[in-house]
Amino acid sequence: MDIMNLNRRDFLRTQVALVVGASWAVMVGDAAAQAVAPVLVGPPPTALDTWIRIAADGSVVANFGKMDCGQGIDLAVAQIVADELDVALDKVHVTMGDTRFSPNQGGGSASTGLRMGAVPLRNAAAEARRVLVEAASLKLGVNVAGLSVEDGRVFALADQAKSVTYAELIGGKAFSTPMEWNNQIGNALNVNGKAKPKDPSQYKIVGKGFKRKDIALKVSAQEHYTAHIRPDNLLHARSVRPPVAGAKLLGVDNASIAHIKGAKSFVKGDFVAVVAETEWNAVRAARSLKVKWSDVPGPFTGGEEKVYDYIRQATPTAANAISMFGGKKAWDEKPTLAALSTSAKVLEADYECAFQSHARIGPSCGVVDVRGDKAEIWTDTQKPHFLRMGIAKFLGIPPGNVQVKWMHGAGSYGRSDSDEAPYEAALLSQAFARPVRMQWSREEGTAWDPKAPAAIITMKAGLDINNQVTGWLFKAKGFNGWDVRFTPESPEHVLVGMLTGHKKWNAYNFNVPEESYKFNNHVHWWETVPPYLQEASPMRTAHLRAPQEMQTRFGQESFIDEVAHVAGMHPVDFRLKHLQDSREIEVVKVAAERMGWPNRKKGTTKGDISLGWGLALHSGYGSYAAVACEIEVNKQTGRIWVKKVSIAHDCGMMVNPIGVRAALEGQIMQGISRTLHEEVHFDEKRVKSVDWTTYRIANLNDVPGEVDLVLINRPDKPMGGAGEPAIVCFPAAIANAVFDATGVRIRRYPLVAERVKKALA
Amino acid sequence: MPTYRLNVDGAVRTIEAEKDEPLLYALTDALKFKGPKFGCGVGQCGTCTVLVNDQPIRSCILSASSVGNKPIRTLDGLMQNGQLHPVQAAFVEEQAAQCGYCANGWVMHAVSILEKNPKASDAQIQQGFANVQCRCGTQIAILRAVKKARDNMATAKT
Repeated sequence: MDIMNLNRRDFLRTQVALVVGASWAVMVGDAAAQAVAPVLVGPPPTALDTWIRIAADGSVVANFGKMDCGQGIDLAVAQIVADELDVALDKVHVTMGDTRFSPNQGGGSASTGLRMGAVPLRNAAAEARRVLVEAASLKLGVNVAGLSVEDGRVFALADQAKSVTYAELIGGKAFSTPMEWNNQIGNALNVNGKAKPKDPSQYKIVGKGFKRKDIALKVSAQEHYTAHIRPDNLLHARSVRPPVAGAKLLGVDNASIAHIKGAKSFVKGDFVAVVAETEWNAVRAARSLKVKWSDVPGPFTGGEEKVYDYIRQATPTAANAISMFGGKKAWDEKPTLAALSTSAKVLEADYECAFQSHARIGPSCGVVDVRGDKAEIWTDTQKPHFLRMGIAKFLGIPPGNVQVKWMHGAGSYGRSDSDEAPYEAALLSQAFARPVRMQWSREEGTAWDPKAPAAIITMKAGLDINNQVTGWLFKAKGFNGWDVRFTPESPEHVLVGMLTGHKKWNAYNFNVPEESYKFNNHVHWWETVPPYLQEASPMRTAHLRAPQEMQTRFGQESFIDEVAHVAGMHPVDFRLKHLQDSREIEVVKVAAERMGWPNRKKGTTKGDISLGWGLALHSGYGSYAAVACEIEVNKQTGRIWVKKVSIAHDCGMMVNPIGVRAALEGQIMQGISRTLHEEVHFDEKRVKSVDWTTYRIANLNDVPGEVDLVLINRPDKPMGGAGEPAIVCFPAAIANAVFDATGVRIRRYPLVAERVKKALA
Repeated sequence: MPTYRLNVDGAVRTIEAEKDEPLLYALTDALKFKGPKFGCGVGQCGTCTVLVNDQPIRSCILSASSVGNKPIRTLDGLMQNGQLHPVQAAFVEEQAAQCGYCANGWVMHAVSILEKNPKASDAQIQQGFANVQCRCGTQIAILRAVKKARDNMATAKT
């Protein structure tokens, strides 16, 4: 069986035929690259053929070095390519995250799918059109200026009978046209040709709503997920975790699985796994294998009860004054503290944010076939190209010999467990010289995935006698957002790597808010605290959707609300007074107006039910979102229900409004989930959130009564990301609404019913 | 390993399975079905749902050996003559999937809810999905889709 073709559709077969003989999958020391060029593996970005190909039937293949997190990013890319090339949308097929076909565009990351990822494809499609129109000009004997293109047919404006199709010009053949590469890999990778992309005013497909094609496949059992990949001669694998985090392996008793047909154990360092011929026997073997672990004290000092004490008391590992990826900056809080000391009023508040899990609906799965010094990997990682580099390093084989095929998988929302099983499968496949499918359990997917860091956001503000802000202090102190890296580019960032001797890196990051509000004597900085357990911890921390932004904005956007009330202003007016950016001002106004601002009265109570509304703002990823929530809170039960949510959303040039709407609806539910329910439970020895009763997420009872989305389209502005800005707002918007409804501030998320009930009692 | 005959989507399939092997593994590992998926293994998420005797059952906690000749219906067999089932069609219409990994559970439960009560109220629909999870947060679109399926099926009958 040709196993690499398990998930080939017709267009991919076309492409495989096209690339025969091409020298992809080798180390490319690009001749045009400058001395600082990164090491490049795979198809050269400097070739137009890497990005765009026209098949013999005139269909277009666009190779995208990212993947889709379930938001139809491939459709939006296809819209852009179709518009630039002047072909019908249905003719464009986008391949995603396949190291054989695409350069490393960084994978799914920071809502960059369109705002960065689509840019080289837009440029390449424009260049392809230029080359094709010039070729048509030669063929038809008509000046380029006298030609137009419609659905892949170039024709003379003066005589439409004079025409030639893209298929006739180049179908199945190579462009052999160079592109200028910016010497970057990852999110920032870009290429330019001689052609300039169109002005957005000329777009006909971009900006219109189109429905995703993959949904029909997904709801009819026709889509291939990683979990479905079963090459011939496959071994099924399960891993075995210690009962106490950090325990060392002392030995395994193979007799304990002797009764299970074909079951074998595998040990390397402190990593333990089992393999078997059938999946169920692998499960049975994992449950039956007797493993002796060292007796270690629980590493999670104080457990969940004491997590905020731990953070408060910890000596910081690092500190910085700027937002993620921003470099290093010194700060000085003294002027702010001095201003506060002479202020008429001083407000102080701490906001606490729990550890949260990615808790993917399907735990990590990876299928790997290692043959000698070559490896083929099926995975739903968000970063297939970085996974290639990491697994090559892990196995000690050249990266060019490792091919990663991204598959549909369970939604992953950041540096989740999705990278873990492929590494484990790779190690086992190398050891057993057979293809291996590693499937994590539910317990592993929740208890052992990388976590969003718990944090405390400390806020202070001063007001003078006229209620003007005299100083504003923001300090985030929390677990490390980069305890393991956001890309799986090295084995030190995954459990099995650490368990087999790859020491984790030492890099630290948290985050601070951007300067949306202008205050006098404004200072902000972050501090990270040491991990509970240095290596291979189930509580290792990493990026979860809108990394460390939900935490920082919970503090900032709740405190804005608090200070506004003390200053005697409506929180919306207070925001508008201090905001600088007209796009931020607009989303705040629009979302507030949908809730009846400025005429709406304060919250009301009838019996046990109080009603109120609140708002929060976030801008980032080139986009702007204001979320307003009207909530009901039940004093007897502590239950909060979002009765109505209004989002005003500006993501610059909007490519597919249907996609943006779906992305926002998803953020509403996941935002409510993270605000009201999600917290990782743990004691000193282990993580106790192991399933959906011990790690609760939102369900149908949390669906808002009314969903009201205002999409602001700005074709004159660059494309922004739509996957993260809105979700950031939910904890503060809901907590502010609770205050409006009840007059009670809740300064910890999640606002679980029990905690709310106590706060209101 | 013992051999069992399963009546799946109208066809009798013979499988080898351990006595305690969950139906999920028999369907996905031995028979290569793609609808039911592993999600939790403890019956809490619905991702592995199939209909047995037209009832939604969590195939991750039901042994294949216990099913006997009761008819099993799966997402893989829901299309008829190449046409999507009205529930599937409504999910497409409302774009009610993100990653789609959990879609199996929602679609199979929806089919069961609407077969039992084609006139199910909005509240009855909502209550019909006990312990079905979606991590991407597609519940808003899913509810719209199931209501649309109900309305479309009612229109088709009249």
